Amino acid sequence: MDSERRELRLRDGVRVALPLAPGPVLFGLTFGVLAEASGMGGTAAVVMSATVFAGSAQFAAASVLQDGGTAAAAIVSALLLNARYAGMSVAVASIFPGGRARRLVESQLIVDESWALSGRSGRFQWPILVGAGALLYALWVASTLVGTIAGGLLGDPNELGLDAAFAALFLGLALPYLKQRRAVQAAALAAVVTLVLIPVAPAGAPLVMAAIACLLGLRR
Amino acid sequence: MIVALSSSPTEVWVVVAAVALGTFVFKAAGPVFLGRRELPGRTDAVVALIAPVMLTALVVVQTFGGHEEIVVDARVPGVAAAAVALWRGVPIVAAMAIAALVTGLLRLAF
Repeated sequence: MDSERRELRLRDGVRVALPLAPGPVLFGLTFGVLAEASGMGGTAAVVMSATVFAGSAQFAAASVLQDGGTAAAAIVSALLLNARYAGMSVAVASIFPGGRARRLVESQLIVDESWALSGRSGRFQWPILVGAGALLYALWVASTLVGTIAGGLLGDPNELGLDAAFAALFLGLALPYLKQRRAVQAAALAAVVTLVLIPVAPAGAPLVMAAIACLLGLRR
Repeated sequence: MIVALSSSPTEVWVVVAAVALGTFVFKAAGPVFLGRRELPGRTDAVVALIAPVMLTALVVVQTFGGHEEIVVDARVPGVAAAAVALWRGVPIVAAMAIAALVTGLLRLAF
């Protein structure tokens, strides 16, 4: 019924993002629970979800802090994970209408899912990116809040195996990337670098140093 | 084993603020600061490896990391069980519960 020329609206972005809703809701809940249980604090967790809006980086920062790493290590690890957004935002630069302030605000709705959905038709579409991003943002912040409340009810985080749950989370997030040979090689190198450095470097530093494995991307 | 958070509340807020600011700049890079342009040379190939590399390093730290030593404890069977579950297609949240359960029970038992 829809002609191809029908103009897309924000609500179309909301609609295409709805099937993905369980993802951010579950991860938001999880982030809230882990952040609260690991001692980061509920308020900081909710503020972080509202201002960072990027799952794996938030988990990385919480994990480094829980592990006793320095603030600098937590910041560098999280920002390395989010550096991909620079490339992604350059790819969609031309679809944002309006003045600088408006583009500044709307660009914050770029997140893996909204970006991928908006480009499904072959060219990036602003209503999809912003509509989907707005829905995912609301779900992410709200579920983080609910998670922090649930997290406060849990007991000693390490007795519960929270550290192992963090490891399982990162493993699950890493697996989809490990389908190309180059990525597997880089991940293996990162694992070796991390293992070698754990006994000799302060907490957090092995993680930051492991990033040199990304330079394998320079090989042809 | 890992001690509960050793960071001060101030450190937590410094991390939240710095990560927020940096991410803000990354996300605004195209639409506000740079416009649409080609990234130089092999940048894309390097950036594409950041996620698998950092996530793998996080797995290693959370599984074997101790106070400047490699520790093999109840986390290892927990993470191994989660790995098997993930490999069999179990959702991440369920795999996390498996890891926490196996590790937590082993800690209770020993």
